[in-house]
Amino acid sequence: MNAIIVSTLLGVIMMFCSWGIKTQKTQHTIALVGLFVLILSNLAQMNGWYAIDFDTKGMLAFTRFGLYVNTLFFIITFIYIWLNGEEIAKFDNQAADFYALFFFILCGASILTSFDNLLMLFIGIEILSIPLYILTGADKKNLFSNEAALKYFLMGSFSTGILLLGITFIYGATGSFHLVEPVLRPSDGLPKEQMILSAGLLLVFAAMNFKVSAAPFHFWTPDVYDGAPTVFTSFMATIVKAAGFIAFITIFNSQSKALGYTWELVLSFVIISTLLVGNIVAVFQRSVKRMLAYSSIAQAGFMLFALYGKSIYANEGIILYAVVYSLATIGVFGVLIKMKENSFEAFNGLAKANPLLAFVTTIFLFSLAGIPLTGGFFAKYYMLNALYAAGAGLWLIIIAILFAAVSVFYYFKLVQAMYFVSGEPTMHEVPKKYTYALLLIAILLLILGVFPSVVFNYLYF
Amino acid sequence: MLISFLLIPILTAIVLLFIKKDTLASQTAIAASLATLALAVFASFNKVEAFDMAWLPNLNSRFTLEADGLAKILILLAAISLPAILIASAKNEYKQKNIFISLLLFTQAGLMGVFLAGDALLFYFFWELALIPVYFLCSIWGGEKRIAITFKFFIYTFLGSLFMLIGILFLNAHTAEHSFSIQAFIHANLTGGQKITAFALFFIAFAIKMPIFPLHTWQPDAYEQSPTPVTMVMSAVMVKMGLYGILRWLLPLFPVAFAAHTNVVVLLSVLGILYASFIAIRQDDIKRLIAYSSIAHIGLMNAAIFTVTGMAIQGALIQLFSHGINVLGLWIIADILEQQTGTRSMQQMGGLAKKQPTLAILLVGFALANIAMPLTNAFVGEFLMFNGLFILNPWIAAFAGISIVLAAIYTLNMVQKVAYGEISEKINNMPAPNKAAQAVLIILLIIVFVTGVYPQPLFTLTADTLEKLLAK
Repeated sequence: MNAIIVSTLLGVIMMFCSWGIKTQKTQHTIALVGLFVLILSNLAQMNGWYAIDFDTKGMLAFTRFGLYVNTLFFIITFIYIWLNGEEIAKFDNQAADFYALFFFILCGASILTSFDNLLMLFIGIEILSIPLYILTGADKKNLFSNEAALKYFLMGSFSTGILLLGITFIYGATGSFHLVEPVLRPSDGLPKEQMILSAGLLLVFAAMNFKVSAAPFHFWTPDVYDGAPTVFTSFMATIVKAAGFIAFITIFNSQSKALGYTWELVLSFVIISTLLVGNIVAVFQRSVKRMLAYSSIAQAGFMLFALYGKSIYANEGIILYAVVYSLATIGVFGVLIKMKENSFEAFNGLAKANPLLAFVTTIFLFSLAGIPLTGGFFAKYYMLNALYAAGAGLWLIIIAILFAAVSVFYYFKLVQAMYFVSGEPTMHEVPKKYTYALLLIAILLLILGVFPSVVFNYLYF
Repeated sequence: MLISFLLIPILTAIVLLFIKKDTLASQTAIAASLATLALAVFASFNKVEAFDMAWLPNLNSRFTLEADGLAKILILLAAISLPAILIASAKNEYKQKNIFISLLLFTQAGLMGVFLAGDALLFYFFWELALIPVYFLCSIWGGEKRIAITFKFFIYTFLGSLFMLIGILFLNAHTAEHSFSIQAFIHANLTGGQKITAFALFFIAFAIKMPIFPLHTWQPDAYEQSPTPVTMVMSAVMVKMGLYGILRWLLPLFPVAFAAHTNVVVLLSVLGILYASFIAIRQDDIKRLIAYSSIAHIGLMNAAIFTVTGMAIQGALIQLFSHGINVLGLWIIADILEQQTGTRSMQQMGGLAKKQPTLAILLVGFALANIAMPLTNAFVGEFLMFNGLFILNPWIAAFAGISIVLAAIYTLNMVQKVAYGEISEKINNMPAPNKAAQAVLIILLIIVFVTGVYPQPLFTLTADTLEKLLAK
């Protein structure tokens, strides 16, 4: 509750901020202080202190899991904004406008971690999405950015429509928006209500797949990620996607039973196609940004494992995966922003020109590929474990592993460019401070690679 | 004490990153690796406490290091090979040599971790970690086609180890208390079919690492393209990871499934031995020749282990060490020749005996060890292994025995081309002999003959492992 209220207030404050305060630097500082307040208020709620406490009539349910995920999202956003302040300031607009949008997105994310009612899910998704359409089109003079924004808006609205249709069906079948165990059981034969419920759940499933860019609903992702300004792609691909996953899991952890065996079949299909499309297409990309867009689809495939069934590994795993993936992706995009071009060739010889930057990029890529000693390894391990614990066949795990090996191809292409190909990297000036900030993220990933439990220990105490 | 086998190389490697002067870096590394060697020798003759520390409480994985005979003999090998490599290649010129050496030390740490780990997840961790520095070593300092070939090598082994990861995950799910320790894995509650699945998952990883025919295609290219010091690490110690995995994990975990696959694996291995030997005969590049000869030797060890007879396994345990020493000697000689003549083609060599007699004598010594002549260390191991194969099936032993003849052909052919004949132009232009490298070779050759004549210490060292393995 605290997080939702405070983030909204902060969004409004940031909105009016640009009237009085003109320097970008101050706006940046205010945003960071605001985020800090947000983190504190959320921590306060975790410890039983509420700013406003009232009965939400079952619209929202605050679990330790949801609140903790909020905290992590806010911390990652803090790192993100701290790192990218200068980059955000480069647009014509006042940076404060963008910060306001970030806070609204965080408000949507906090609703998605705590909804207990499908209407709140819908509202959360909308609050999360609309600022994203604006951020995508932030580079007003760039045609690609405009195209991406329009595309994203049209497709996003369409999927929201599908989500709403699904919710309507579910309401029609059960007479409730609540996420209780389904009233109807598949074993009752196939009465009309059961069919409508299944149809509704599948529609919600499709819409959520769209939001987390899982195949075959991924078509918007490469274009939008590629067209949007890199700094905002970095945010979209990480925190927003992770929030989507948390919502996805909340719905289907309880509701998937209503679908019976169909659920495993449908989910396996989505998992395999997502891994297939993401990984295979990423191999053939010439632009690093597009490669990362497809890689984010592939990573979504791994995160989908948490949906397969309820288990302790799934809960811990999705948290770890979201954190590790977000940090690594923010890091890689952070390096990419400093490149003049998005091609692989731009990275040629980076190891010679700036060894530290090349090193941290390698850590990020290793983490994305799931190499031990980086957080990515344990994230993948937890996900595979979750899959197996939920009763998935070994064949599905083997397919997942094969695609994990494929992912090495495109991540290492960048490592090869940096270390083994000689050349002059075409890049902007990289301030020392910026490199150290990236190094900090890399160190966090290394710590998570040895002691992954630091992330989810707070779930329990 | 066991933790220092990891700490010494890692800390030294980190320090080396900041030592820009080549000679100083090289000397520091040599000193550190000699310290590791001293520790390893001490550990070999004494009882060593296991090291145990909580690591991942949520997953129930522990940081456990323990050393039995099998681990000790490989630790010793890894500890001997690194100073040997560093001293022998001290004069070689590499760009950013401190980083080169640092990565070599990281590799050593990874290898030590693999040999010492008593926890499956930890084992997997080090298994991968040993690979990463080698990937960079080969790709940065390797030959012309290095990038593509190293990548092939990396993908191959990475894929294999991912299968092992599934195996670990699978077994872990079936243990009481979800533990990763070897003991828990041995007592995992699996049906016969599940055991075969798990066996296969582990075996793929080990088979690629060794490598067994037909999964060997990465190896000759990778050996040829890598800078020779790295090839030495890979061929003397790293390939032993596969055999070690089989002895440490596969055999104790799935004795029944293991025995059920004896025929297939032995047959594949013997095929591989003959195949590699025939190709070795046709090679002109000295590095490729040693690479193929190495495939043949590893194949024999693998076949011997899969016979599951005491004698053959004893032979393989000893041969793990002996093969490492022998092949190390051959690689060092190959490296000297390449560095001093600028070529690897044996066509362009000849007359070494007249120009550098000491080196030629050393070459002959290691060549004899490579064909397992009596009095050399390889004879002891190979004799036992062939004996085991003979017990399993005389025909298979006979076919595998052809490889001895083939080994004699290609090895002696190499000696003849390199050491005898007219002095070629390249050999004639060789600078003064590399004294340090020759000293290393002499020490290695002494080990070859001492353990060849008196192998008892090696038997004593591995006795406990053998006993444990045969108790199954």
